[in-house]
Amino acid sequence: MAGKGIHIEGLKKRYGSGDTAVDALKNVNMQVAPGEVVGLIGPSGSGKSTLLKALGAVIEPTAGRMILGGEVIYDNGWMVKDLRALRRDKIGFVFQAPYLIPFLNVTDNVALLPMLAGIPNAEARSRAVELFKALDVEHRAKAMPSQLSGGEQQRVAIARGLVNHPPVILADEPTAPLDSVRALAVIRILNDMARKLETAIIVVTHDEKIIPTFKRIYHIRDGVTYEEAGEGREFE
Amino acid sequence: MISLAGRDIMHAWGKFVFTGVGLGLLIGVTLSMAGIYRGMVDDAKVLLDNSGADLWVVQKDTLGPYAESSSIYDDTWRSIRGMPGVERVANITYLTMQVRQGERDVRAMVTGVTPGEAGTPGWPPYLVAGRQITRGHYEAVADIASGFKLGDRIQIRRNHYTVVGLTRRMVSSNGDPMVFIPLKDAQESQFLKDNDAILQQRRRTAENPNFNRPQVPGLLEAVIASQSTNPYVNAVLVQIKSGHNADEVAQSIRRWKRLTVYTRGQMEAILVGKLIATSARQIGMFLVILSIVSSAIVAFIIYTLTLGKIREIAVLKLIGTKNRTIAGLIMQQAIALGLIGFVVGKISATLLMAPFFPKYVLLEPLDSVFGFIAVVVICVLSSIIAIRVALKVDPAEAIGG
Ligand SMILES: Nc1ncnc2c1ncn2[C@@H]1O[C@H](COP(=O)(O)OP(=O)(O)OP(=O)(O)O)[C@@H](O)[C@H]1O
Ligand SMILES: [Mg+2]
Repeated sequence: MAGKGIHIEGLKKRYGSGDTAVDALKNVNMQVAPGEVVGLIGPSGSGKSTLLKALGAVIEPTAGRMILGGEVIYDNGWMVKDLRALRRDKIGFVFQAPYLIPFLNVTDNVALLPMLAGIPNAEARSRAVELFKALDVEHRAKAMPSQLSGGEQQRVAIARGLVNHPPVILADEPTAPLDSVRALAVIRILNDMARKLETAIIVVTHDEKIIPTFKRIYHIRDGVTYEEAGEGREFE
Repeated sequence: MISLAGRDIMHAWGKFVFTGVGLGLLIGVTLSMAGIYRGMVDDAKVLLDNSGADLWVVQKDTLGPYAESSSIYDDTWRSIRGMPGVERVANITYLTMQVRQGERDVRAMVTGVTPGEAGTPGWPPYLVAGRQITRGHYEAVADIASGFKLGDRIQIRRNHYTVVGLTRRMVSSNGDPMVFIPLKDAQESQFLKDNDAILQQRRRTAENPNFNRPQVPGLLEAVIASQSTNPYVNAVLVQIKSGHNADEVAQSIRRWKRLTVYTRGQMEAILVGKLIATSARQIGMFLVILSIVSSAIVAFIIYTLTLGKIREIAVLKLIGTKNRTIAGLIMQQAIALGLIGFVVGKISATLLMAPFFPKYVLLEPLDSVFGFIAVVVICVLSSIIAIRVALKVDPAEAIGG
């Protein structure tokens, strides 16, 4: 079923070759529907970052199949040519640290992405401000990133991940620097946005505070994924 | 799209301004260096123009009177005056020496000019104060750069002169101010000996049996008299009648008088090509060194700024920024640094350096244009190392381990 969302089949990734080769991903299978937020959990060295990089189109897998937002981007050795445009149009990234551009104000940090896609400045900025309303950082729209609290920065980073309405969002430990109230708030925002914008979201996490909120969780161990039902607890 | 380079510069403006000012002072020195060379060439041209001569007649096979010493008899001018195409001729002497005024010593090019009416070759063409020399002895006209005032008493060798006139832009090719005195005085001062030397010379002459012949009365006195006069000048300046060709007149003087003659063009070539060529090479060397230092500064600062932005660059790449945009960001910053530097440099050269430099500094607009182009080219080239680093940044770094 190659609909929208994320669809991964038998994905493998080998780093290096010969004696020093490392099979970081051995057999990864994942399905994330549009509007769904799933957790990805695994011990250190299990292949989480490698998987995010493959999904984020910054490294090329060795075998398997990847379909993002209805488009085949990798199929057993074949990969889409323009990875830059693919990342810009299909994938939103949210990192553990916000990684905002320090010399752009909050609005332009977010508006830069639609601008890069050729959208006029005014429209790009109004899209950013729109998201700020939903994320409750509207009042900080003109500030520089260094003037924001950690939680505000993280919400701006989430806005940046969402602003191009990508079919896929990859979030790497997005709640690590936050307290439990704010961590849950971030997860709620991701769930809301996923529903509203039909986005498939993968959240890599160790965070005990948020693990119970997922309806479905993928465990990864030694480069192999196992699916598990989560608690799907409401977070009020 | 917004200007990433512009935003980054606004954000880190302190770094840019400080580096830009430092770079600017270097550029200012560079522009001043070029100005010093232009000033020397211009001084040389003014020296030739103001001499009022079309031809310089000098000792055979010398590059005189400015680049080499030259001496010819002081009556040579008579026979040149009669040659076809010659309007006016005048003897001239040049001697660079210390001129005393009170407690002060000024290095000057003392120029002996033939008395006559204004417009005589060799005379200063215009005065800013006072009058030209009218008496045959002990009057002087000085360039204002010497610092002398009207009425000052100045001392050249053992003689005293009164400053009766002041002129300007009359300097030697070394930049020493010129002091004009009557030709006879100047000839004397070139050979003036102190009393001991005169006595000694008389004694030596008297001891020489070839000169001291009791059977030829008056011989010794005649020899001594000829030794104590100086019948030489350094050059004869020639003005050509209008309608005559300078080269042809020069050719006929060369042929008939067996002297070396230079036209205005040849004289300029000697001054620029020989006399100030060494200074020009030194200045050229400095320009090269300053350019290298400037590019090293730009390269280093842009490289450091880029290294400080590696993570931002990784994020920019991850979210789909083109390599061209990132290269442009760095190059624009380098150029911006160059622009700040150039503006600071131009201002500091014009207002802070040129007016206070002890030599005439001529800042040619065209040199500034070349300087500007050079600065931009240097900045673009210097940003290449930083751009290579930025292009190698892997977007995967933004995702981390
Ligand atoms: N560039 C690489 N070259 C070679 N081996 C690599 C490379 N990147 C990762 N690996 C190896 O691949 C395996 C999976 O690494 P990965 O970074 O995906 O783990 P992770 O699940 O993100 O771990 P952590 O939770 O510690 O970040 C590890 O054994 C790691 O050593
Ligand atoms: Mg990792």
